[in-house]
Parts: sequence; C-alpha cells; structure tokens
Amino acid sequence: MAALEDTLPGLMLRNARTRPAKPALREKDLGIWRTYSWADYADHVQSFALGLEKLGFGADDKLVVIGDNRPRLYWAQVAAMSLGGSAVPVYQDSIADELAFVLADADTKVIVAENQEQVDKVLSIRDQIPTLQWVIFDDSRGMAHYDDAILKSFESVQDDGAAAAASHPDAFAGHVERLGADQIAIMCYTSGTTGKPKGVMLSHGNLVETAKTFCAVEDVRESDDFLSYLPMAWVGESMYGLTVSLFAGCATNCPEAPETLERDLRELGPTGFIASPRGWETILSLLQVKANDTSGLKRWVYDTFRKAAVDGELAKAEGRSPGFGNGFMRALGEVLVYGPVRDQIGLRRARWCYTGGAPLGHDSFRFFRAIGVNLKQLYGSTEVSGLVSVQSDDKVNPDTVGPPCAGVDVKISQDSEILVKSSGVFKGYYKRPEATAESFTEDGYFRTGDAGILDQKTGELLVIDRAKDVGKMADGTAYAPQFIESKLKFSAFISEAVSFGSSRDFVSAMIAIDPLTVGNWAEKNGVTYTNYMDLTQKDDVRKLISDEIKRINMTLPDAVRVKRFLLLAKDLDADDAEITRTRKLRRAFIAERYAPVIEAFYANKQEVDLRTEVTFEDGRRSHVEARLLIQDAA
Amino acid sequence: MAEPNGHDSILSVRGVSKYFGGVRANNEVSIEVPRGKIFAIIGPNGAGKTSLLNMISGFYVPDAGDILFEGKSIAGFKPNQIAEHGIARTFQNIALFRGMTVLQNMMLGRHVLMKSSVLSAFAYWGAAQREEVAHREKVEELIDFLRLNDLRKAPTGALAYGLQKRVELGRALAAEPELLLLDEPMAGMNQEEKEDMVRYVLDIAEQRGTTIVLIEHDMGVVMDISDRIAVLDQGEKIADGSPDEVRANPAVIQAYLGAGHGEAA
Repeated sequence: MAALEDTLPGLMLRNARTRPAKPALREKDLGIWRTYSWADYADHVQSFALGLEKLGFGADDKLVVIGDNRPRLYWAQVAAMSLGGSAVPVYQDSIADELAFVLADADTKVIVAENQEQVDKVLSIRDQIPTLQWVIFDDSRGMAHYDDAILKSFESVQDDGAAAAASHPDAFAGHVERLGADQIAIMCYTSGTTGKPKGVMLSHGNLVETAKTFCAVEDVRESDDFLSYLPMAWVGESMYGLTVSLFAGCATNCPEAPETLERDLRELGPTGFIASPRGWETILSLLQVKANDTSGLKRWVYDTFRKAAVDGELAKAEGRSPGFGNGFMRALGEVLVYGPVRDQIGLRRARWCYTGGAPLGHDSFRFFRAIGVNLKQLYGSTEVSGLVSVQSDDKVNPDTVGPPCAGVDVKISQDSEILVKSSGVFKGYYKRPEATAESFTEDGYFRTGDAGILDQKTGELLVIDRAKDVGKMADGTAYAPQFIESKLKFSAFISEAVSFGSSRDFVSAMIAIDPLTVGNWAEKNGVTYTNYMDLTQKDDVRKLISDEIKRINMTLPDAVRVKRFLLLAKDLDADDAEITRTRKLRRAFIAERYAPVIEAFYANKQEVDLRTEVTFEDGRRSHVEARLLIQDAA
Repeated sequence: MAEPNGHDSILSVRGVSKYFGGVRANNEVSIEVPRGKIFAIIGPNGAGKTSLLNMISGFYVPDAGDILFEGKSIAGFKPNQIAEHGIARTFQNIALFRGMTVLQNMMLGRHVLMKSSVLSAFAYWGAAQREEVAHREKVEELIDFLRLNDLRKAPTGALAYGLQKRVELGRALAAEPELLLLDEPMAGMNQEEKEDMVRYVLDIAEQRGTTIVLIEHDMGVVMDISDRIAVLDQGEKIADGSPDEVRANPAVIQAYLGAGHGEAA
C-alpha cells in the first residue's frame, strides 16, 4: 500500500484533512468567483466517484473529459483515478472525426462532457466507440429533450454517490488507500504532427514526482493562484492546473468563458500564469494597440519608460551597468508605468510566468521582463510529464530554455537529439509497445525527438528544432525550418510561417499575417479592406511584410535568408489539419496540400493559383480559391 | 379556420380596430395566443402587424374591440401597467440606453419587479441592498443564458447590431414576462446572427415556458419555429392556423404573390 502523498486522489484527501477550509478551486459563475475549499473538492470527488462505481466504472477503466476547464471536469478526473481508472482529457475543439479515433483508441468507458455541444459531438460518433457505456453531462442547458439511455446528468451521478457515501462512509477512502504510484493516472494524447495521435500513459508517480521537481525549483505556496484556461488535454494543464495544485495545496481558477479570459485574468491577478508564445504576443499587441489609441502625453510617457526599461534589461543581459540615470528612470517608471501596466494585464501578483512549446521573440520576451513580469521559458513534452527545464529567475537568456531541473537527467545523442531520464518519463504509449520501444534508447533515455545543445559552461539547454525536420540545403548548409519560422513569427505582423529549403538552393516561406496587428496597421495607414483574404492581397500589406522579412533576414545567416515568399489567403488552422491543436506545423501534410506553391517558388513563377479546402468548426467543408502573388525578398 | 379550441389562451385579441384619421391600421382583428407557444404574426408591409403589437403592449389604445390577458381586459392600459401585468416587448428599432453597459440595461429591465421605494433606495443598505443583489443574480442568469458574459461591462452603443438585439431581448426577459412580444427580432441580421436568435427564441419558449408573439419577415424562420401563425393584410386577418395550414391557404398566397402563383414563399 502506498502512502497518500504518492497518488493524486491521496494528495486530495491529505489536503482535505490538513487544510480543509483553504481554497482549492474557483470558478467564475454568474459573474462571481465561487470558491470550493479542499473539503468541498474531496466531497464532490467522493460522491462522483461512488456514483461512477455504481455505474460499473472500476480499475483500469478509462474516463474521458471533454470541455472547457470546469471544476466538475477536474473532479471527474480525480474520481476516475480514485477507483483505479485513468482520466483521458481530450481537446474540446476537436471535430467529430478526430475525436472518434482518440475515444475508440482509449477504450473509453465513460465520457464526461461539458455541455450540449460536446454531447452532440459524442453521440454522433458513438457507433465508433464500442466500449462506451455512459455519457455524463455537466451543463444541463438544452438537454431536457434528450432521452437517450446512455446519458446521465452529473448531479444524478453525484446524488447516487452521496447516498452510497452516507451508508458506507469509509468506502471512498478505502479505494484511495489501495492505489499505487505505478497505476496510470492520466492518458494524454499526443498532438500527432505525424500519423495518428498516441495515448501517453502517465502514472501517479510520474505526475507527483514531476510536481515535486517543479516545486523544488519554484517557490510554490499554498496561497498561490493559478489561472487554468489552456486546454485540459494539454499535459501542462494536468501538471500545473491539477497535480501542482494537489501537491502544493494551492488554488486552480477557472475563467467564466474563453471570451472573458482577459477580464478574468485582471480580476483574479493570479500568482502563476502560463501562456503560449502566441498568447504573450497577443497580450503585447493589445497593449500596443491601446497605447497607440491613447492621448499624446500618455503615449509619450509609455514609450519613454518602455524604452528605459528595455535599455536597462539589455544592459543587464550584456553584463553592462545600466547607469544611474537609467536606474532612476526605471524606479520612476515602476510607479508611473510598469506597475500600472502589470496591473492592467492582471500580472501584478504573478511570481511565475511561463512560455513554452515554441520560442518567443526576443523583443517581446525582453519587454515583459523589462516591465517586471518574471517571464521564463519552460521546456517539456507530454512524455516527460511536461517538465525538463525551467529558466532561473535571475539568469534568463531568451535563446535557451534554462538548465535541466534537479533530478532530470539530460544528455545529447550523437545526432544532437535531446535525451531525457527522469521520474516523470512516461510508462509507454497505450497499446503501442513498438512505438514505446522505439522512443527509448538502449540505456533507457527517452528520445524527445528535439534537436538541441547542452551548453557545457552554463549548463543551459538550447532547443533547435524537431530532429527529423533538420535537413540540408542543396549546398550542404544545415537547415532548421523552425529556427527560421520562429524568427519570422517574432514579427508582430506575422502569425504563422512555413519555410522550405531542404535540398533546395534557397529558402522560401509561406506567411500567414496576423489580422489584428495588420488590420490595425491598415486602419492607421488608410488601407481599406473587407476581410482577411482581401487584406493579404493589398500591395501595401505585401510591402509591409516584405520590409519585415528584409529586416528579419539581417538577423539570419546568409545561406538561410528568405529569398521568396507569399501571403496565404487564410491562416493555418487546426480544423484543416494543417497544424495540431497545440499549433505545431504538420509539415508533411502542408507540403502535400501546398505542393503547387512550393513548385512555383522554385520554378521562379510570379504567381500561383491555389484551391484550398477549409473545414468549419462543425466539420462542414468548403473551398477557397485564390491567385497568390509570389514576392522576391531582395 | 380552426380555432385553437381546447387550448388555454394566455392572450385573446377580440375584434380590435385602430384608425389613424382615415387610415385603417387594423379592422376587427381577433387572435387567440395559446399558452407556452410561439405565435407569429406575418403580412406584407403596412398590414398592421406593428400597430396590433402596439395595442397589446399599451402604446396604442384600440378604437374598438377588447384585449384579454390571462382572462382580464387590458385594453387601454398604459404601457407600464401592461408591463407590470407580465407582458414585455422588444422594438423594431433598438430601444436601449446606448451609453449604459449591457448589465445596466438589463438591470433596468427588472425595474417593474423592484419593490424598494425611492427613500429606502437612497439609504441603500439593508432591504434595498438585498433586493439589488437578488435582482443582479437573476440578470446574471440571463447573461449566461444569452451568452453575454464577455460583454457584461461593455457600453451597449458600441456593440454590433446583432448583439444589441440580443441585449434588448435580455432587457425584455429581465422583467420575467409571461408573454414576450418580439417586433422583427431578426430584421437586418446576417445568417449567423439569425441562427443564434432563432436558437434563443426556441430556448426561451422551451426552457423558460414564456409565451412568444413575434412579427417576422423571414418566412423560412417563421415556418420553422412557429406553433401558430396569423396572417394580416391591409389591416385585416386573412388566415390563422398551423404553418402547414397557412402555407396552403389561397388567401395567403394571393396576398403575398398576387393571383396565379402556386405556392407561398
């Protein structure tokens, strides 16, 4: 029998005993932040777990949660684990076809769906999930006319469970005490940049030990608040939203709706916040748009102090002393600008802020650090429970992802692949023993598939690209597409970029513009447009992006400078399978779909007719046809 | 024409007429609105639809005939009295306070239900505060129902047209009416906004049990969502019945398409 501290439900029981009245979860509902204490949390999990047990859910069964981050979806996951089963969080914005594969592959027995939309999606594919027995819904709105016998409301399951708890008060704790650290707690499906998604099995031990590693690096306190809004299917949410909260006893907070995130962030003022590079860029763009729209004096103050802050940050990075004048300006700026700006974006209390998954532009990175946001890179992947390395507070080099955390053993293979051994390394891919075997080296290291460098002097890790994407150009120059794309995406006007160059004479790129910033620029410069596609076809916009690329090219080695580019008529979209739900490029698919573009790049054509299929959120399809002009970036 | 016999009518309009000088807006119009149903009034421009709605909601006083709500005559009541009886409406042209937030506009909709006197409201703390909190809770439920969560504090005038229409619907619903009158709720909307609005109208009838009388020009929408339809032409009712009955009615086809056409739109 394992100790309570070794499993997620065990940690919950411990919290309910040692800090019953402290906040565990908050949810903004009907305009008010409602708090659930650890005692409430355990109560809800207990009644749902015992209700599930009555429905026949038991050891090794799989429970899928699908929906936005809601307390009940957290409770459902912990309840499934309590009975010895596993939780399988899936992407709520998946279209039905994508979902069918994952639900069937996971041998799903019970699905907890947030609302009618998700229930409809699940019911439309139920024939493809032979193991499915129950679909439990959280929000009953619009569900009154559904009489399918497979459906149950969350309340009804909890009511049955509460009755069971009343007659057998020790039953639940008994279940939890029988759990072992090696049991599979969560299966996260990989985003699948190549091939079908694979279920990554993470044990209680993987998750709890990784939380322990994280809390040893960061000073996580019981009073901390974490804003939980990233998809539950992403391993980071299972790690930082669920496990770290259980381990450290701090609170996880669910925003009201995805649309209210900006306001909820400000109201809550979390102490911990994670966003993708795109998320950080968006915050910065919104700030910039607001600064541009304000009065002249305010803009001047903002610009002046912003410059002082960035200068100081640069000086620190280069090891120079910023000087007395700059120190004075920054002290004044803290009162006049930086503090208020941090307050506006809701990060005034934030002690740990992270970005990860892809590099964030140096300028953006420096800006946030300069105004006092402790923004750091975090590196991890699903198979290692989401944590390999974190930058330290005082030493932040935007190029690296920081030193590997204590207890995480990192080495670089002969072919520059990053190899990891840690207590967070997963138990294997579900039902894929060959794939599991392939992902480990002979001496038991997990092959991350990322190419990287471990700096011997500083001990910091540098991630270059996916190892299999690194190729050679015709003249033998090493070519890492993501490296070039990241540089392009650092431009505020570029939202996505896909570069080509492997076995070619020069590098070319397809660019998707950022409609927010380019739209704002167009308004300011008197360029009128109707929609995204129209915007991409304006000469002024092409000139704008061309200038951006020229500027970015200056920072690239000669051989890999972008020579030709075109603007895509639509942004890359996960519904069209061009990128994964975590916004990683699916290169093989893109190369096939945009084959005429690639051909035109290298056949020196000036334009290309492209017919692309677009998929709407509900799975319907349509076509967009456009003549795209190819531009030379001299 | 089948009268909804056996149904429990929430609203009975009996032989109502309205004249503006020599112009006859409505002539002896009678309709029976069954409780809990969606009832549509259609007709060509100038058929007298809005003036009928204005008489029900007390903006016009009928020149002849009677209007019974829950069996009680309300003809000639003032709009505020009618609102207190449990009838709310939206307007063809949006009628909101543009400078106020979505939340404030919707709180105003609860005015008819507020009990605090001016004096106690000035003191605020105590009963008036408790009342305010209770009303706010009801409005928050509506904000959630209409998916306006992210716009709670947004000034109404700055919102897109379709959203303003939705806020107006929320303002009317805030009064917790038994009967909701919607004057062209989908006019000027794009397809997506229309689909949203249809969803809300259906949800209001289904989940809140509110009876709905609506005027609408989009025949597709009317035929899809209405339980009963009354057709007006030049101030007179020319047909009344289920969507199928109305669709097949020769008088309706005549009014909409002129003689010689086979089927209504």
